[in-house]
Amino acid sequence: MDEEVKLLGSWLSPMSRRVEVGLKLKGVSFEFSDLDVFFSKPPELLQYNPVHKKIPVLIHHGKPIAESLIILEYIDETWADSGIRLLPKDPYERAMARFWAKFFDDKCSLPLAMSCWTEGDKQQQILADCKLNLTTMEGALKGKKFFGGDEIGIVDIIVFCSVYWTEIAQEVVGVNVINEEKHPILCKWMKETVDSNVLKDYMPPREKLFCHIQTYKDAIAALMAVRFGSN
Amino acid sequence: MAVPEKGVKLLDFWMSPFGQRCRIALAEKEVEYEYKEEDLSKKSDLLLKSNPVHKKIPVLIHDGKSICESLIIVEYIDEVFPGKTNILPSDPYARSHARFWADFVDKKVYDCGSKLFKSKSEALEELNKEFICILKTLETELGEKKYFGDDAFGLVDIAFAPFTSWFYTFEALGLSVEKECPKLAAWGNRIMERESVAKSLHEPTKIYDLFCELRKKFVDA
Repeated sequence: MDEEVKLLGSWLSPMSRRVEVGLKLKGVSFEFSDLDVFFSKPPELLQYNPVHKKIPVLIHHGKPIAESLIILEYIDETWADSGIRLLPKDPYERAMARFWAKFFDDKCSLPLAMSCWTEGDKQQQILADCKLNLTTMEGALKGKKFFGGDEIGIVDIIVFCSVYWTEIAQEVVGVNVINEEKHPILCKWMKETVDSNVLKDYMPPREKLFCHIQTYKDAIAALMAVRFGSN
Repeated sequence: MAVPEKGVKLLDFWMSPFGQRCRIALAEKEVEYEYKEEDLSKKSDLLLKSNPVHKKIPVLIHDGKSICESLIIVEYIDEVFPGKTNILPSDPYARSHARFWADFVDKKVYDCGSKLFKSKSEALEELNKEFICILKTLETELGEKKYFGDDAFGLVDIAFAPFTSWFYTFEALGLSVEKECPKLAAWGNRIMERESVAKSLHEPTKIYDLFCELRKKFVDA
């Protein structure tokens, strides 16, 4: 059934990928609009997300929803009976899932993204932040198979996307951000998640992403510097 | 094994807008709870144990389990305590809309607002412009509605309500919310008619006095 689900995103963005994964895990058919947001903001994006002007944006029955975590909760609530639960049923466990999703987004997402694209002292500081905050995230795994418990959930999805991207970018630029020595629990979780479910099939092909990052690495570094500056 | 203590406790700090959000939500739901004022210069063992990641207030402790981050606490309160009102609507799109604007308040208002409080006079003009822009965006979203939640006082109203006590201080810094965003100012007055808000917020002059004190200590020194 065509429910008019459209995703404005970019194959290059882990934030956009999170939402794709959420939709696919719920078995929702959708139209993907792969926008070039690298150098400009397409009119469609400005129309549907005038406040932040960012992807991803989900459009359902013509109505836009922005901000990836908010979109994922919307997907979970709208298609509640389909596919896996993205958030737990129990209110306390839901609060914990939201807490760790927020922690990851506030403290890990950006440092992970920036870790490969900075230099010198600033890079060292970012790498230190990554190490500290990822170690804190490992605490959330607390002997569980996945962040979501026995099954993957919203936190697994968002962490998986960022780690997948970072592992490739770090190989391109030759920086060691995530490794087994620094984050044994996270790496074990990553391997477990890759081995035991479909998430890896929902990622862009490794070689394609690697080639793209390698080809455009100077432009990516410049863009990151402009967007996130030196504060 | 010790049995977890039953009941609801809020670890908080009188001036915290984030703590106030929780107080408003608990009042809206008519939940009985124990309020514990934290000394932020000497955090209690309970706070450090309940929020080991951030070591910050507010923390809601419900039957021994702790929930952190104000908007997460407010959603938890909504889900667990039925009460007469709903803080979030039942429709998924309306819920996502409310979450988006509550998130906007979190991302933009506190950050810019507190920069304004801490800034030296040279930076004020630029920050004022930026803050007015943020407030005008919120005002556009409010439009002609009684509350951000339309007829129902909800998540976004709770998220932004505590910052209305700061309006008086902003005026002292050259930013008149009444002049720049009259609808927002009117909404600010309207929400004070709700008991949950009136008893959770502080007198704007008290905030201003504290601001002057902190400014003397840290900015003008």
